[in-house]
Amino acid sequence: MPTYVNPEKCDGCKGGDRTVCMYICPNDLMILDPEAMRAYNQEPDQCWECYSCVKSCPQGAISVRHYADFAPLHGTCQPMRGTTDIMWTIKFRNGVVVRFKFPIRTTPEGSADPTLGGKEPDPAKLSTNQLFTQAVDGVEPKKPEAVLNKVFPCSDKKMTI
Amino acid sequence: MPKIHSYNFGLPLAEPEIVEKETDILIVGGGMAACGAAVEAVRWAKPHGLRILLCDKAAMERSGAVAMGLSAINTYIGENKPDDYVRMVRCDLMGIIREDLSFDVGRHVDDTVHAFEDWGLPIWKQDPNTGKTLDGAEAKARGLTLKGGAKPVRSGRWQIMINGESYKVIVAEAAKNALASYDKAEIIERCFIVRPLLDANEKNRCAGAVGFSVRENKIFIIKANATLLSPGGAVNIYRPRSIDEGKGRTWYPVWNPGSGYAMCAMSGAKLVLMENRFVPARFKDGYGPVGAWFLLFKARATNAFDEDYVAKHKDELKKFAPYSEASVVGTCLRNHAMLIEMKEGRGPIFMHTEWALQEAEKTMDKKEFKHLIAEAWEDFLDMCVGQAGLWACLNIEPEKKPSEIMPTEPYFLGSHAGCAGAWCAGPNEDWVPAEYKKPWEGMHYNRMTTVKGLFCAGDTVGACGHKFSSGSHVEGRIAAKSMVQFCLDNKDYKPAISESAEELKKEVYGPWYRFEQFKNATTAYEVNPNYLIPRHIQARLMKLMDEYVAGTSTYYITNNIMLQRGLELLRMLKEDMELAAARDLHELMRAWENRHRVWTAEAHLLHILFRDDSRYPGYYYKAENMQNDDANWRCFTLSRWNPETKQWELETYPYVQIIPDPLGP
Repeated sequence: MPTYVNPEKCDGCKGGDRTVCMYICPNDLMILDPEAMRAYNQEPDQCWECYSCVKSCPQGAISVRHYADFAPLHGTCQPMRGTTDIMWTIKFRNGVVVRFKFPIRTTPEGSADPTLGGKEPDPAKLSTNQLFTQAVDGVEPKKPEAVLNKVFPCSDKKMTI
Repeated sequence: MPKIHSYNFGLPLAEPEIVEKETDILIVGGGMAACGAAVEAVRWAKPHGLRILLCDKAAMERSGAVAMGLSAINTYIGENKPDDYVRMVRCDLMGIIREDLSFDVGRHVDDTVHAFEDWGLPIWKQDPNTGKTLDGAEAKARGLTLKGGAKPVRSGRWQIMINGESYKVIVAEAAKNALASYDKAEIIERCFIVRPLLDANEKNRCAGAVGFSVRENKIFIIKANATLLSPGGAVNIYRPRSIDEGKGRTWYPVWNPGSGYAMCAMSGAKLVLMENRFVPARFKDGYGPVGAWFLLFKARATNAFDEDYVAKHKDELKKFAPYSEASVVGTCLRNHAMLIEMKEGRGPIFMHTEWALQEAEKTMDKKEFKHLIAEAWEDFLDMCVGQAGLWACLNIEPEKKPSEIMPTEPYFLGSHAGCAGAWCAGPNEDWVPAEYKKPWEGMHYNRMTTVKGLFCAGDTVGACGHKFSSGSHVEGRIAAKSMVQFCLDNKDYKPAISESAEELKKEVYGPWYRFEQFKNATTAYEVNPNYLIPRHIQARLMKLMDEYVAGTSTYYITNNIMLQRGLELLRMLKEDMELAAARDLHELMRAWENRHRVWTAEAHLLHILFRDDSRYPGYYYKAENMQNDDANWRCFTLSRWNPETKQWELETYPYVQIIPDPLGP
């Protein structure tokens, strides 16, 4: 399919403002059927298996049946994504199960400070080659240690087509 | 339910509302480059009250090439010198890059990586006492930061390992917070920008762009002083190795259809090195990354008979000296050696994960080895879950069994190990040679194309590869700062567009009007003599590019006659593309994506036709000259689609070596 929705778990995000899988899918694949109140993948052969919808579904209703072109059935990767870690359960076709847990972020959700400390750069530094952080910290961007500036010969071919 | 005219409709199309907007800075895209642009633009625009508008085709939290996450940051200079970074990039890209652009990335990129860490990205560190690996969370708990001098875990000279599942979530959050903190900034998600708007009064001047919502029936006509194109690379232009549902498992993100290249071309901006493509050798079918396997786990790749194919073909590779003789053999040349083995019947090619892990096990205790296995899986789970899934489906435990690797279908990108894209200005500083200033005389703004007011960053900037995620973000920052300056210098500019809102509506929604006009000419919507649906156009494009323009089915070989024939077919497809029909909003998006693909494909074909040597052996070959011709062709190739004559004009442009030898670092 690649992603597929379990109709017993999907509640269409209860008809709220935002159907989460539909909101998040980078390729506009997940879509809500408002009559059935269930979501589905409207173009499975364009699914990257990026798992954005799987990770964010509040009901855990989305899974992946890996690409039929080359993946034998019954192997699965299922994530549980929290605020600081992600847990993966990998089931092999032959029944072997392995589990992994990895950190995903070291700060509270929503806290990323785009000013990186709250100091504004001096607007007069606009004409320099310093990025705002470098302007704030007084960091001078490097120049090449040595400059050759050797011009190479080249064909004078032209073409209009 | 009647069976005729059945179709699983997505969001319905209807007569669209026209929304007209005006801004100073328009950012097209929401990926790494666009996020960098947003963060930087706000800081400099605020004191002057300049307006900023960002349009993302998807949701920023998970859009662009980093949507799934990454397991490494591939550009972090750290203890190295930016000069050596430039050497590495030029050697890998066969001696032709804009060293001013690459140096500019190299000298700024660490600043952006430090920002990622501040925002919450977990970056692996070496334990200062034991030298062992600490994951990003442990390192943070111990107060170890890059900015504070802690040592990252290098997988290669330029790469550092991260726990990057939420990489994009974190970077997008900072960008969104930046825009939300400024009352003159706005984000429109699910807004697909489809073409630039040219100024009605001033020639060669971008006046904004037009697009539509993929969620509701609205078209956006956006007038802007400065427009940034940062929408990503190009995928699914070539017939992929997997042609059914596996065609979604592209190596680069499947949602990138070359919008940046196409929109540069449509506006008459010059493109550079569009013959360059990337053909990554990756784990077969799942397209999982190989970098950590080669560099971190020290795995070896061999032919079917356990022979190291790069070492075996050392003499053959010498034909491509000096690029083959540098400390690291160029990526395309390693492909070249692999292809010889495949063609001569000594495939499959294996990545010997089992040898690498068994070797490592000898020096480790049980716990350490378990941790190493987890690291190996994380490499896939952070950035290519489908590959982990494929291992599970195939019962592959990497410590027990090798995996096949294979070169993929071609991709276009300006940020990874490729350098197709727009011809852009670099820093206007004394060390930059005159040749790299002349094209922008009188209007030199860093990362501006040859069209006034049109800027690029990330995958869209040409001749400046190996930026990767961090380099794209910092390039967005560089471009945004320059755009603020541009807006101030052109503050009296009043964008004027020649098309009426009604005309733009007819054009953007053209595929829907066509469907409504002709849908009843058939009992099955998919087969209709009056139109093609987007899927058909894409299939024809992928077939012809594969067969005529050096795809996988010809082992990446073409010649001038094949290219001429391919061009004839491509131009008929370009006519048919005007006859695309769309039945719902999702298909309207696909219809426009395919236009971008066809434009990108045309530029690529013409550049291969124009360049007489095989610059990137292992990525493509021209049968007329299978070698590099450095005496004549160590130069840029530039192309421009002339909006007045509607013809493409191609020319060469001299390459200038700024950073002295050695060629590679």
